[in-house]
Amino acid sequence: MEKKHSRPKILVFSTDKISDPGIDQAGLRKIHYSPAVYVISLPCSSGIKPRWILHAFKQGFDGVFIAADGHECSYSPRCPELTNRIIEESQVLMKENGISPKRIRMAAICSVCAEPFASHMNNFTKILAELEE
Amino acid sequence: MEEKQKKERIGVYICHCGGNISDYVDVAQMRDIAKNEDGVVVSKNVMFACADSNQKEMIKDIQGQNLDAIVVASCSPKLHLHTFRNVASRAGINPYNYTQVNIREQCSWAHSDTPKEASVKAAGLIRAGIHKVAYSEALENIEVSSTRAAVVIGAGVSGMRAAIALAKMGNQVYLIEKEKTTGGHVANLGKLFVTEQSGKSIAGSLLEEIKKITSITLFTEASVEKVSGSLGNFKVDVKTGTETLHLAAGAILVATGFDPYQPKEGEFGYSQFPGVITLPEFRELIDNSGETLIYNNRKIKSIAYIYCVGMRQTKGENKYCSRVCCTTAIHSSLLVHEKFKNVTAYHLYRDIRTYGKQEVLYEQSSKNGDIYLKYEEKTPPVVSQEGNHLVIKIKDELTRRQEMELETDLVVLVTGMVPRSDHEAISGILKIPAGNDKFYNEIHPKLRPVETVINGVFIGGSCQGPKNISESVQSALSAAVKINALTKNPTINLEPIIARVNFEACTWCGKCAEVCEYDAIHQLEMYGKIVASVNEATCKGCGMCAPVCPADAIDIAQYSNAEIEGMIDGFAQKVEISEEAGAEAAGGEGGITMKDMPQVWRRIASSLETDPKTIPALAKELDLNPELITYNLMTMNKYSLVEAAGMDDSDEYYFYKLKNLKHVEN
Ligand SMILES: Cc1cc2nc3c(=O)[nH]c(=O)nc-3n(C[C@H](O)[C@H](O)[C@H](O)COP(=O)(O)OP(=O)(O)OC[C@H]3O[C@@H](n4cnc5c(N)ncnc54)[C@H](O)[C@@H]3O)c2cc1C
Ligand code: SF4
Ligand code: SF4
Ligand code: SF4
Repeated sequence: MEKKHSRPKILVFSTDKISDPGIDQAGLRKIHYSPAVYVISLPCSSGIKPRWILHAFKQGFDGVFIAADGHECSYSPRCPELTNRIIEESQVLMKENGISPKRIRMAAICSVCAEPFASHMNNFTKILAELEE
Repeated sequence: MEEKQKKERIGVYICHCGGNISDYVDVAQMRDIAKNEDGVVVSKNVMFACADSNQKEMIKDIQGQNLDAIVVASCSPKLHLHTFRNVASRAGINPYNYTQVNIREQCSWAHSDTPKEASVKAAGLIRAGIHKVAYSEALENIEVSSTRAAVVIGAGVSGMRAAIALAKMGNQVYLIEKEKTTGGHVANLGKLFVTEQSGKSIAGSLLEEIKKITSITLFTEASVEKVSGSLGNFKVDVKTGTETLHLAAGAILVATGFDPYQPKEGEFGYSQFPGVITLPEFRELIDNSGETLIYNNRKIKSIAYIYCVGMRQTKGENKYCSRVCCTTAIHSSLLVHEKFKNVTAYHLYRDIRTYGKQEVLYEQSSKNGDIYLKYEEKTPPVVSQEGNHLVIKIKDELTRRQEMELETDLVVLVTGMVPRSDHEAISGILKIPAGNDKFYNEIHPKLRPVETVINGVFIGGSCQGPKNISESVQSALSAAVKINALTKNPTINLEPIIARVNFEACTWCGKCAEVCEYDAIHQLEMYGKIVASVNEATCKGCGMCAPVCPADAIDIAQYSNAEIEGMIDGFAQKVEISEEAGAEAAGGEGGITMKDMPQVWRRIASSLETDPKTIPALAKELDLNPELITYNLMTMNKYSLVEAAGMDDSDEYYFYKLKNLKHVEN
């Protein structure tokens, strides 16, 4: 990482039907989290391409967070397994590019997970701010 | 992916949301930032983007300035994505050349504590939206033709009732039953709750009606072997005897019902002591007995019913309550008293769940003198045999866990409903998911209760979970109506957000086909080689196939590399927010006028025009919830459109009246 942001910049991948509504809930209830969090919503976390993740780091993001559906995914029970595989592949790419694998995280966020989302963001923000690698 | 033609005449609309956004985000600066982006020709602030007046203005801009794409930065797309897609359509541009940017739920509200940073973030979000729309493609809805026919699997009450409804609405119906006879479990039952009709007669009259309808073909001793095709055009292979038939149908209804729970050997003495039987076995006994109730050559003078057998296991497999068994047990006990004299009944229950109208049966049973004892899951009753009698030890929760011993002639295990033992056969063929309880799963229990994730495959009746007859028939009938809504038109429209393969890059490695849960990817010959091809009607657009492709040859419409990476670039650009220009004054240029207000405000204003009202009165009159009224009224108050006008008689609520709004147009 070239420069450190005063607030670590986090890219979140959410899902249209489950985790993105959860993130909306946090806003609706004015539960605050770092304003350096940017969200891209997709149909399913198992559709995230590792190259997008690498692109985000190259564009100066400090961390990537995957707000997955976990076992609630309506497309496939294999979703957690496939999403994990995407994270592993991304971590390989990240290492090759000198980016610490700790800069990517995942958690299951459901459609009413307003507080858990905000606390994941606060935690991750803290971890990234302290991370030396 | 191939280089796409970027959009060059983009219109951007940044919404104040009546202060919900503009109080925290500097919307005027957002407008100027957007104006400087490549391809943007119109950039405006609007008080309420969703208001009719703004929608009209957008259409005027699109047509007058020849726009080729639009961005609205406002609330969550969950609220207004379709509103603005429709605006695009009405104005003559493709609805998929529209992007909604969420600067309310995910910005102004989430970061109302740090307004300056909220503005920085909003600028990133808006730029991302502009980049996304710049790479967006025009998409056409996918049209598939549809066969006006349905296959119904299972001829229990659910399947039979749905078949009749579907036929009467004009569908050809193929009703597939695996047994020799129809009617499912109901056909074996005598008197039913709550109507007191017999199960045999209900099942019989449904069969009579089916026989009269020529557009229903009933196959008994038949099984579904294979299903191919998709919504509108399923091919269902059905085996009857030695013959296999190929049926064509637009949609499929699964109504395969349930199995009664079968107790394990020794569970409460089952298949260990001869006097321990299950509820279905007991019902047969009642129906087949004459004047006296006799089991194993013994006259039955006392019965203990043990409830929740195999159900509500906090540690075991069946965590759910089977909801039908409490009523069935109590109703059975009433039938016993009606038919035979002097039988004592003990009900050993955990909780009684005779919900709704069924409660009267519980009341009647108590009046009959039945004795109710309550046990806890941790300390279940213990059944043993002493001489000719069964002895049951129970710790009764109603008498401070006093240990009691009952002697009875018969023990009835009140068993609940479990999924069919062969339920995986059908779910395997149709690819419909099951829940943790192994019953088939709907998309959403409240909002989409009979649809499955497979387009065109529906579930109804007790294969979804425990249901009594009326609940089973309700869900089966709603599935029938849903099916008819699909098959009644010769063509069906599907959302075009699906996977696409770049044939030049694909080398047919098969990895995408391997992960696809929906069999949507097949081989195709193209450019003299084998490539992957996506079935438009079966693809769900989940995107699972995209990251696994080693050649990066697949993407999902609206989520291409160019669109997603473009968004990331938008977030990454540097943003300068100048300090002095705070949030824009309410109403922007020229103050707020009636026609700029959202629908809810106009309804509130119309109502207040006649006379002042309290929040509960407004809620009642407009049929909206009081929180929504409060929220909108407070915002209207902030903009001096309404004011408080004294308290009501109970000194609890304020009256509100109009302030700066005199004439209310609609
Ligand atoms: C002892 C007892 C008493 C009850 N009393 C009452 C009462 O008084 N009142 C009340 O409202 N409810 C009562 N119920 C509940 C009632 O039985 C159910 O609500 C009803 O049977 C549900 O109907 P269904 O069509 O969904 O399922 P089912 O009755 O299970 O019918 C499903 C049908 O599908 C067929 N099938 C299954 N798999 C396949 C396959 N793979 N291919 C083809 N065909 C298949 C089966 O053979 C069967 O014919 C009672 C239940 C029990 C156990
Ligand atoms: S309906 Fe009654 S007997 Fe059946 S599982 Fe629920 S509580 Fe137990
Ligand atoms: S994974 Fe990619 S290369 Fe392999 S078959 Fe599918 S589209 Fe073609
Ligand atoms: S998007 Fe999903 S359903 Fe469509 S082809 Fe890919 S994996 Fe299959």
